[in-house]
Amino acid sequence: MSVSDRFTAAGLDIRPTRHESFLAYNRFRFLRWATVLVLLSIALYLGVRPYGQPYGGGWAGYTLGTVGALLILWLTWFGYRKRTYNSNSGRLAARLSAHVYLGLALFFVATLHTGFHFGWNIHTFAYALMCIVIASGIFGIFAYAHYPRQMTENRESMTTAQMLGRIAGIDDELRNVVMPLDDTTVAAIERCIETNEIGGSAWRQLSGRYPRCTTAAAIAHMEAIAEGHTIVQEAWRQTLVKLSEKAALLARIRRDIRFKAMMEAWLFLHIPLTFALLAALTAHIIAIFFM
Amino acid sequence: MDRPLAAEFKVAIVGSGPAGLSAAAHAAKLGVSHVLFERTPHINDTIFKYQKRKHVMATPEVLPLRSDLDFKEESREEIIESWTAAVETDKINLRLGVEVTAIKGQKGDFTLTLSSGEAVAAENVVMAIGVQGNLNRLRIPGNDLPFVQYQLDDPDEYKGEEIVVIGTGDAGLENALALAVNNNVSIVNRVADFPRAKAGNIALIEAAIKRGDIQHLANCEPKGLEDGGFLVLDTADGAGVRLKCDRVIARIGALPPRRFVESCGIVFPNDSPTAYPAVSETYESQIPGLYIVGALAGYPLIKHCLNQGYEVVEYIQGNKIPPADEPLIQAKLDDAGVKMNVNELVAAVRERLPLFAALTTLQVREFLIHSNIHYPKSGEVVFKRGEFANSLYNILGGEVGIQVDPDNPDEMVRLRRGDFFGEMALISGRRRTSTVIATTQALLLEIDRNTMVKLVRSEPTIKAGIDKAAVIREIKTFLAPQVEDNLLRDVVESSAVVEFRPNEKLIEEDATDDSVYLIRKGSVTVSMNCGGKDVVLAYVPAGNYVGEMALITHRNRAATVTAASATEAIRMDSAAFRGLLEKDPALRRKVEAKLEQRMMDRNLMQRNAEAGDLIKFLVREGCGEATDVLLIDESLCVRCDNCEKACAETHHGVSRLNREAGPTFEMLHVPTSCRHCEDPHCMQDCPPDAIHRAPNGEVFISDQCIGCGNCERNCPYGVIQMAAVPEKKPGLLSWMFFGRGPGPGEDKSPAGLARRTGGKHAVKCDMCKGIDGGPACVRACPTGAAIRVDPAGFIDVMRHAGA
Ligand SMILES: Cc1cc2nc3c(=O)[nH]c(=O)nc-3n(C[C@H](O)[C@H](O)[C@H](O)COP(=O)(O)OP(=O)(O)OC[C@H]3O[C@@H](n4cnc5c(N)ncnc54)[C@H](O)[C@@H]3O)c2cc1C
Ligand code: HEM
Ligand code: SF4
Ligand code: SF4
Repeated sequence: MSVSDRFTAAGLDIRPTRHESFLAYNRFRFLRWATVLVLLSIALYLGVRPYGQPYGGGWAGYTLGTVGALLILWLTWFGYRKRTYNSNSGRLAARLSAHVYLGLALFFVATLHTGFHFGWNIHTFAYALMCIVIASGIFGIFAYAHYPRQMTENRESMTTAQMLGRIAGIDDELRNVVMPLDDTTVAAIERCIETNEIGGSAWRQLSGRYPRCTTAAAIAHMEAIAEGHTIVQEAWRQTLVKLSEKAALLARIRRDIRFKAMMEAWLFLHIPLTFALLAALTAHIIAIFFM
Repeated sequence: MDRPLAAEFKVAIVGSGPAGLSAAAHAAKLGVSHVLFERTPHINDTIFKYQKRKHVMATPEVLPLRSDLDFKEESREEIIESWTAAVETDKINLRLGVEVTAIKGQKGDFTLTLSSGEAVAAENVVMAIGVQGNLNRLRIPGNDLPFVQYQLDDPDEYKGEEIVVIGTGDAGLENALALAVNNNVSIVNRVADFPRAKAGNIALIEAAIKRGDIQHLANCEPKGLEDGGFLVLDTADGAGVRLKCDRVIARIGALPPRRFVESCGIVFPNDSPTAYPAVSETYESQIPGLYIVGALAGYPLIKHCLNQGYEVVEYIQGNKIPPADEPLIQAKLDDAGVKMNVNELVAAVRERLPLFAALTTLQVREFLIHSNIHYPKSGEVVFKRGEFANSLYNILGGEVGIQVDPDNPDEMVRLRRGDFFGEMALISGRRRTSTVIATTQALLLEIDRNTMVKLVRSEPTIKAGIDKAAVIREIKTFLAPQVEDNLLRDVVESSAVVEFRPNEKLIEEDATDDSVYLIRKGSVTVSMNCGGKDVVLAYVPAGNYVGEMALITHRNRAATVTAASATEAIRMDSAAFRGLLEKDPALRRKVEAKLEQRMMDRNLMQRNAEAGDLIKFLVREGCGEATDVLLIDESLCVRCDNCEKACAETHHGVSRLNREAGPTFEMLHVPTSCRHCEDPHCMQDCPPDAIHRAPNGEVFISDQCIGCGNCERNCPYGVIQMAAVPEKKPGLLSWMFFGRGPGPGEDKSPAGLARRTGGKHAVKCDMCKGIDGGPACVRACPTGAAIRVDPAGFIDVMRHAGA
C-alpha cells in the first residue's frame, strides 16, 4: 500500500496531485451545496405564505432561523478545527471551502429568516453583526486571492532575512562613503542608519506609508545640497546611489509587510465579531423564547 | 605513568579508542605481555573530541557487553573518567603521545616504528586506529601558536571575538556560520567561490557574506602566523595583509588512516572512501598476526569496539570463543520458529546462497545480525506490490511465487532454494513491482537495505550476481512483460549496466550511437539545443526506456539525455534490440506507439519553454530523486505558517520544515523539507543504522540515533536538524515534589534543553508516519497551497504547468 493508498483507504483525499485552491475544492462541491441551500431557503420563503408571522416566526421562519443559528455555530467551530493539528479529519482546505460557501449562504438564509423586518433592536443588531462578519470574510477572500502572488513577485526570491541583511550591508557602506562630506550630511546619514522604519503600527503596516522615514529624509537632504559640491562630487554621488538602493529595499520590505498585513488584518474583525455575534445571537434567542 | 618497555611483547596495540583500550584491558587481565600506543596525550581521542557533556549512546541495546571496561549510556566525561581510572587499576601498559608510523614483519616478529624514532618488537599487532584520521595542520610558520586551533567543539563557547576561519570545505563553512552568530568572522578562501562544499552550505555562506555577517577574504593565501594573534595573507594583487585576530580556526580536512594502513601491507577491496579492509572471523587481516578491530574494521559503535577488543585478545591466545552476537542471531531463529542453531544457519547461508559465496564467516554473521528470518507457511504473502523496498530476500529453503501480472494472480514465476528476490525495488529505491507469496513453507532470509548497500559496495561478486538476475527481470517487467524468455536472450546477453553521476549525459544530441537505455534507478531529463539554449523536453523516471528514436528512425540522436540524479541504466545493444522488435511485432507496435506519443509531447513542450525550465528547476532541487516532496503554490499560500505550526505541534515542538526557506520558480516553491529520496544520502554513514525507510516510503530516524551529525552533513538539501532530545514533560505535581524535568519558567530553549539532557539528536520530516490522518502540513494548510507529490504526481505538476 502506498502513501496515497493509505489515505484513499481511509476515505480521505489528502493527496491531491496538483495544486487546487480551496475555492475550487472538489470541483466546487461546496458552492453547489450552498446554492442548493439558498434555493431551498428561497423556496421555503416564497412557498409558505404568509411567511413568518410575526417576524421570522411560524414553522418556515423557525426552520430558517434554526438552520442559520446552526450554521453560525458550525462556522465558529472552524477556528477550533484550524488548531487541532493531530486529527485525521481531512484537509483544512476542504473545511475552509465549506466555510466560505456556507458562510455566504448564511447571508441569504438569515436575511430571509428576518422576513425583511429591521428595527433598532437586539434582533437587527445580531443580524448586522453577522453581516459585518460575512463582509469581512468576503474581504478576506479578496485578500487571499490577490496578495499571495503579488508577495512572491515583490520579493524576487529574497527572504526577509536576506533583505534585512542587505540593508545592514548598505548601512556599513554608507558609513564609509559619507565620510568626506560635511557634518550635517553625516548626521543625516547617521540618522538613516540608526532607524530603519519597518513595520510599526497597524496603520503604518497597512498603508505602507512612513512619512518620517529617515532614508527619504536623507535623500531629500542630499538633493538639497546637490549644487556646489564639486570637490566631493564622487562621495556625494555614491552616497546617493547607496541611499536609493536602500530606499528601494525598504519600499520592498514595506510592501511585503503590507501584503502580509492585508491578509491578516480582516481577521481582527472577523474573529472578535464572531464572538460578539455569538453573544448577540444568544440574546436574540432568549428574547424570542423567554421574554 | 610510563612503565619501562619490555623488549618484546606478545601483543602491541595501536590506538586507545574503545577497541584498543578494551584489548589492552583484557590482555592486562589475562597477564599477556602487551603495550598500547596512543598518539595523542590522552586516551580515546575520538570520544575525547565529542561535544562537551555529550550523552553517549550504548546501542545496540540487545547486544551483550563483553569487556573488562565498564560501558553504559552516560556522558562523555563519565566515560573518559572511568576508563582513565581503569588504565591504572587494570595495570594497562599505556604509552601516550606516541604515534606508530610503520609496522613491518610477520606473525611472531613484527617491528613497530614509533614517532620517537624507537622501534618495538611484538609477536602480534592489533590495529585499532579508528577512521577519524589525522587532522591536517597548516603548513606555514607559526602553525602551532596558541591562538590557532584545528577543530571546534562548541561554537557557543566564543563570543565577541575576531575569528578567522581557514578552509572552505563543509567543516570550515559550518564553523564560520555557527561562529558568526556571536563573533566577527572572516573566512579565507584561495579562490572566489566554494567548489568543495555542498550546495546547502554554499547558499548559507553566500547569504551571510552578502548580509555582511561574514567577511569573505577571497583569493587569499595564508602565509604565516605571528605571536600576538597575527595572520599574514597573500592577496591577489600581491600586496599582502597582516590581520589581527583573537583566534584562527583551520579546517583543512583530515588524512584518512587508509594510507597508513596500506603502508603496512593491508589491501582494501576497492577505492570507495567507505571501503574497509577485509578481516577473518578472528579479526585477522590478510597479514597473519596483524589484527584489525573497531571502526577501521567497519564496526563503528562503541559496544562493538569494546567487544572486539576483548575477543581479539582471546583469539590471539588461541581461544575460539563464540562471538557475543551469537544469542542475538539465535533469538531470531527461535522467534521465527526455525529449529536450527547459529552455526547451522551460517553454514546454510554459505552453502545454499551462491550470491554470498565470497563472504567470510564473520561477514555472514555480521549481516545476519541485520537480517530477519521468515518462515512463512504456504500461501502467506511475503510482500505486496506497491510497498517501498527495504530489503533483499534470499531463499534458504522452500519455494515462493512471484505474481508478475497483477491482473492475473494465478500466473506466478517460481523461485527456489538459492534464489533471491526483491532486488528490483532495492536497486531503484521505488515501490515493489510485484507481490510475492510463499508456495510451500519457505525459509527466507531478509537482509535490510543499508546492510545490502554496504555488502554490494564491499564485495563486487554480490553486485555482479544481483545484476545478472536483475537485468533479465527488469527488461521483462519494464519493457517486454509478455515476451518469451528465449526471444529476450540476445538483448539480455548483449546488455550492460551503466552508472551515471548526476548531470552526466547518457546520450548526446547528434551523436551516432543508437543503443537503448532502460532506466532502472534514478531519473533523466531529455533536452534539445534550441538556438543555443538547452530546452528540457521531458522528465523520465526509472522504469522507462529512452533512446529508441535513433534506432527506429535510423538517424542521429535527436536529443540529449542527462541523469537527473545518480542513475543506473541497462544499455541494450541496438542490433539485438532491433532483432527483438523484428521477432515480436506486438512489442514493435507498442514501442512505436509510445514513440509517437513522445514525439507529440515533445512538440508541445518545445512550444512551451517555461515548462522545460520548471522541470530543470525541480530536478535541481532534488525532486528528480524524491519519492515524496512538499511543494507550495505561492499564488495560493497566504503565509500563515499553519503548516509549520502543525508540524511543530505534532513533532515535539520542533518544526521539521521551513516554509519560507528554499527556492521559488514562477509560483512554485520548494520549502526546506525532506524529499524522502529514493536512495537517501542521509543513510549512507549512520553509525547505528538509525535511518530507515518505512513500507510506505517514509525515510525516518529512529531513536537509535547517537547524535553524531553525519546525516545532517550528508543530506544535500539541508533538511536535517540537530535538536535537543525531547524531555518528557513532567506533571505539575511531580515537578513540584520531585523536581523532575523542566518546570514552568525554566530554560526551555533548545540550547538549555541540550545542556540538561546532554545531547542532540537528528530530526527530520517523517511524513507524519504515526498519524492516521497523514502529513500534518498538508492537512493544516487552509488554502490548498501545500501538497506533497510523489514522482507520478511530479510529472503531473509539470504537465499541468506545460499545458
Ligand atoms: C560525533 C560522534 C558521536 C558519536 N557518538 C557515538 C555514540 O553515542 N555511541 C556510539 O556507540 N558510538 C558513537 N560514535 C562512534 C564511535 O565514537 C567510534 O566509532 C568509536 O570511537 C571507534 O572506536 P575505535 O576504537 O575503533 O577508534 P577511535 O575511537 O577512533 O580511536 C582510535 C585511536 O587511535 C589513535 N591513533 C590513530 N592513529 C594512531 C597511530 N598511528 N598511532 C597511535 N595511535 C593512533 C587515535 O588518536 C585514537 O585515539 C560517535 C562518533 C562521532 C564522530
Ligand atoms: C457568520 C458567519 C461566519 C462566522 C461566524 C465565521 C467565523 C470564522 C472563524 C471563527 C474563523 C477562524 C479564524 C481563526 O481562528 O483564524 C474564520 C476564518 C475564516 N473565515 Fe469566517 N466566518 C463566517 C463567515 C465567513 C464568510 C462568509 C467568509 C468568506 C466569504 C469567511 C471566510 C473566512 C476565511 C477566509 C477565514 C480564514 C481562514 C484561515 O486563514 O485560517 N467567513 N471564520
Ligand atoms: S534527509 Fe535524507 S531522504 Fe530527506 S532529503 Fe535529505 S538525503 Fe533525502
Ligand atoms: S499552511 Fe499553506 S498557506 Fe499557510 S504558510 Fe503553509 S503553505 Fe502557505
